[in-house]
Amino acid sequence: MKQKTAYLGLFSAVAIIFGYVESLIPVFAGIPGIKLGLANLAVLFILERYSLKEAALVSAVRILVIGFLFGNLFSILYSLAGAALSLSVMTLLKKHTDFSILGISVAGGVSHNIGQLIIAMMVVSNTSLMVYAPALLVSGVVTGLVIGALTSETVKRLPDNLLPG
Amino acid sequence: MKKKEVVFIACILAVAGAIWLGFRISGTQSHNSIRITVDGKEFGTYSLSQDQVIHIGDTNVCEIKNGKVRMIEATCPDQYCIHQKAVDNHGGSIICLPNKVVIEGENIAGSDDNTPQIDAVT
Repeated sequence: MKQKTAYLGLFSAVAIIFGYVESLIPVFAGIPGIKLGLANLAVLFILERYSLKEAALVSAVRILVIGFLFGNLFSILYSLAGAALSLSVMTLLKKHTDFSILGISVAGGVSHNIGQLIIAMMVVSNTSLMVYAPALLVSGVVTGLVIGALTSETVKRLPDNLLPG
Repeated sequence: MKKKEVVFIACILAVAGAIWLGFRISGTQSHNSIRITVDGKEFGTYSLSQDQVIHIGDTNVCEIKNGKVRMIEATCPDQYCIHQKAVDNHGGSIICLPNKVVIEGENIAGSDDNTPQIDAVT
């Protein structure tokens, strides 16, 4: 149990560093919300090895810390909405389908972007934000594939007993 | 990757393509005006043919020049709206999320239109 806490802390730290690295990469095409989602690598890994509970914990810690360090209250709100939807979708797919990490990651990336878009539409009470939907969907697929491939390689390379339940 | 996953990804891309195409088709009509919305409420409509600087509340400033409008000032920390593509007669939108400001292309047919057109000079 103590060991698990330590590992979760470790992975939160990894996720936070990923988030910092990502904040150095400029935003693509002036559309807020499009980014690689490197931090999702750590979260996806935890979801794969542990369960939703642990992944949600690491995710929440990461968002709050990164949000207060490099973002603002708005970016925290968007990230939380995206992460909540993304984690729910990924958990459902993991439980009820035989999708590989790649497919789960794509679903996570896309639903993360959809969650953020929904919050943004609620914030400005304007549906014209739908213009961004195609770009956000496609970027969700692309980043999901990249992160999924990275995660499955990581899972393969780290020994099974690294994270004892 | 399994076949099911490929189909899943293809479906997402198809939806994205459909939405994009929809905007493409509806965007071909020409726009002669812009509408500015703040927090879901209409702030005003302005003609694209008249060069002017519009102060939107005390948070954002946009400029209409040569039939194009772009955001030139914003109080938000991220400044995304300043870098967004200008809205011209092909439509489009500039959105400042933190200040809840939306600028979008609009078509106002003529003086018999029901939409109240605010005269920016007065």
